[in-house]
Amino acid sequence: MPATFTRTPAEIDRKDTGIGGKPPVDRRPTGGGGGDDNWDNHPQGRRGPRELLTRYRLGLFFALAGDLMFFIALVSAFFVRQNAGHFDPRDNYVSDWHPLAVPPILWINTAILLLSSATIEAARQHLFHEVDVMEEWLGLGRPAVRRASPWLVGTVILGVMFLAGQWIAWQQLASQGMFFGTNENSHFFYLITATHGIHLVLGILALAVALCALFLLRRVEMRQIVVDCTAWYWHTMGFFWIFLFVLLTCFQ
Amino acid sequence: MSLRLQTEHLQRKWLFTTDHRAIGIAYLLLSLVAVAVGTVLSIFMRIHLIAPDLKLPFWGVVPPEGYLALVTMHGTLMVFFVLTTAPVNGFASLILPAQIGARRMALPLLNALSLWLTLISFGVLLAAFFVRGGAPISGWTNYPPLSAIAAAGPGQAAGMDLWLVSIGIFCLASVLSAINLLTTIISKRCEGMTLMRMPLTVWAWLVTAVLILFAFSILLAAVVLLLSDRHLATSFFVPPGEVIDGLLVAPQANGSPMLWLHLFWFFGHPEVYIAVLPAMGLTSSLLANFTRRPVFGYRFMVATTLAIGFFGLLVWGHHMFVSGMNPYAGTAFALTTMAIAVPSSASVLGWLLMLLRGRDSRVHPLPTAMLFTLGFLSFFIAGGLTGPILAQPVLDAYLHNTYFVVAHFHLIMAMAGMFSLFAAVYYWFPLMTGRLMNERLGKWHFWLSLIGAYATFFPMHFAGLAGQPRHYAQLTGSTSTLGSLLPLQTGITHSALFLATAQLLFLVNLVWSARHGRVAGVNPWQATTMEWALIDSDCKVVRGPYEYRFHTNLPDFILQCADEAEQE
Repeated sequence: MPATFTRTPAEIDRKDTGIGGKPPVDRRPTGGGGGDDNWDNHPQGRRGPRELLTRYRLGLFFALAGDLMFFIALVSAFFVRQNAGHFDPRDNYVSDWHPLAVPPILWINTAILLLSSATIEAARQHLFHEVDVMEEWLGLGRPAVRRASPWLVGTVILGVMFLAGQWIAWQQLASQGMFFGTNENSHFFYLITATHGIHLVLGILALAVALCALFLLRRVEMRQIVVDCTAWYWHTMGFFWIFLFVLLTCFQ
Repeated sequence: MSLRLQTEHLQRKWLFTTDHRAIGIAYLLLSLVAVAVGTVLSIFMRIHLIAPDLKLPFWGVVPPEGYLALVTMHGTLMVFFVLTTAPVNGFASLILPAQIGARRMALPLLNALSLWLTLISFGVLLAAFFVRGGAPISGWTNYPPLSAIAAAGPGQAAGMDLWLVSIGIFCLASVLSAINLLTTIISKRCEGMTLMRMPLTVWAWLVTAVLILFAFSILLAAVVLLLSDRHLATSFFVPPGEVIDGLLVAPQANGSPMLWLHLFWFFGHPEVYIAVLPAMGLTSSLLANFTRRPVFGYRFMVATTLAIGFFGLLVWGHHMFVSGMNPYAGTAFALTTMAIAVPSSASVLGWLLMLLRGRDSRVHPLPTAMLFTLGFLSFFIAGGLTGPILAQPVLDAYLHNTYFVVAHFHLIMAMAGMFSLFAAVYYWFPLMTGRLMNERLGKWHFWLSLIGAYATFFPMHFAGLAGQPRHYAQLTGSTSTLGSLLPLQTGITHSALFLATAQLLFLVNLVWSARHGRVAGVNPWQATTMEWALIDSDCKVVRGPYEYRFHTNLPDFILQCADEAEQE
């Protein structure tokens, strides 16, 4: 065996990671073994109670992104129709768009929906309140659940009031003779409000499930996750409604 | 314990399983049934085209609208239930968690729900054959007003409704699956698996899932609007003055079919990238594996994948050059379409360079999976070269809706996609069953399919250049100028029959090898990616995904998660 090892050029010619790439190197302080303050550097599965929550929030984010694309499709169709007129026999451009007067009750409905966002946020905050969560985790009763549930119930009531208000708005339009199939514009009014309304019904079902889950689920993280995801879904529906409402009132 | 045994244990409760491997295999079986039905439909189409008076099973003598129904259902089945389900849902469910070192998917219930919705969607679609009026006849693209008015044609009543419901459910299933894939890839990667250490198949599934999220939501909206037009007396798509059988239908209609075209093709173009991106990722992986060299420019390949995904959302108008769209918009879309040719060609050049670099170190003899990968490359290039031709609005004005387009997308999407799916099956068969597929049958399958596919689809370029339109049910009679193309089309039909028959070799191989194939070792292809490692997560990844022959005095590959190999 030679006294020294001399590496041939073939051996020195090493890692080929592509165009100017550096070999992958682990830059975490402890190499991922934990023991440092940033729990995100710990191995997966040991990053603390927020890990599962973050994962479910991520899934919900992607679901809402897809939902946003759905609403964008409807809104695009809205704008295309708004600008699609025809040429009359004298070659004049005639717009076919008949703006719809939005029933005033819609303003009240919007206020109710914003209020419901506030109530569900209160519920969510209560459920994440550190001291109460600690007591629940230790098994000393369920103070967070007790504090959050009335707010959830309040959100359900406000949500149902919103839907009732939408229904009244539809009745008001029908009494004026504007049904779903009356003209192109009314298609969109009913379509947009109905789509949003269906999503809100799903939200109310989710709230009901969350209420049950608060009392039936045994792990405090899972209770937090259910309410948190429902709350973010509800906020997003409120946010979408703001856009749709602005569209219906200002952009017709 | 072999992965096959693990799957067998779950067969008892397979009905509601959330195990991703069982779900993946269920998706693949669904795709197998769908491809069989779709192939049979295409054979009927081909036979009818050259022998219009021949009686076919189930149809008798196929009427012209029957031909259109065959066209519609063939396209729908193949694009949705084969080329979207198998590469994305099927193989991702099977392979993705292992490749990123996760034990299971992030949202397994969503995965199971997605499988069931896809199965229901498939059943609803097939039901369209059996309702009054039969299957829809408006093509897989379903342009209004043909698709918007029930009286517009046979099969456009109940059949069209069933198509819409089926595809609506499929959209929902796909979006749920995409949410699952994205959440898994982002949050379930194991220790040390940074984004830049993921295998290229995982990158492909990531970009594909984003495309699915965007595209299928738009399709769902379009389907809802079309259903609304059909049943709720709206007129999003129905134009004014539509007369059918002398009657003015929908007198208050004031819609625009162009709206459907925009919405549909905004989905439709990303859809073809959804079909082909996982194949591209797999090609990179298999070329690295079987040339025993790393992927050429890993970051370069990631960049092309991202670029294709991004640009794929910007090119939909190239399906609409002759639809009455503003010609300036046509120019814009032509530019973006030519732009997307750049990352696609870059990928192809990367693969060719891998083949060049690996010509001394490649595996001898080339296994069937590698042969099918080379076949993918061949079809991708052949079909891809006609893309820039069709991207010119001036040329597309002549070639739109001719057989030239049919040749283009069959070569680059159908044949390339199918060859890549075959490569995936031959490659990952040991993971599914613990056995290897028969190599001799595999080689026969490959060569017969390659020859059959080129013989079937290449002559269609000439038919298209001669002006033969798509969807015409027969070539003789009043369309006598097309009669001169009958010999060409007869040759194509014979090749298509040959190609379809060659697939029987694959089915025989599949069934036989599952029980009697040679037992594979743990890592029969000596791959570096982690689906071949018998680990149960808790692995730590310390190197890139394709380190073949990185160290000259060590074995020529190292598993991604193996500990540092010992130095001599």
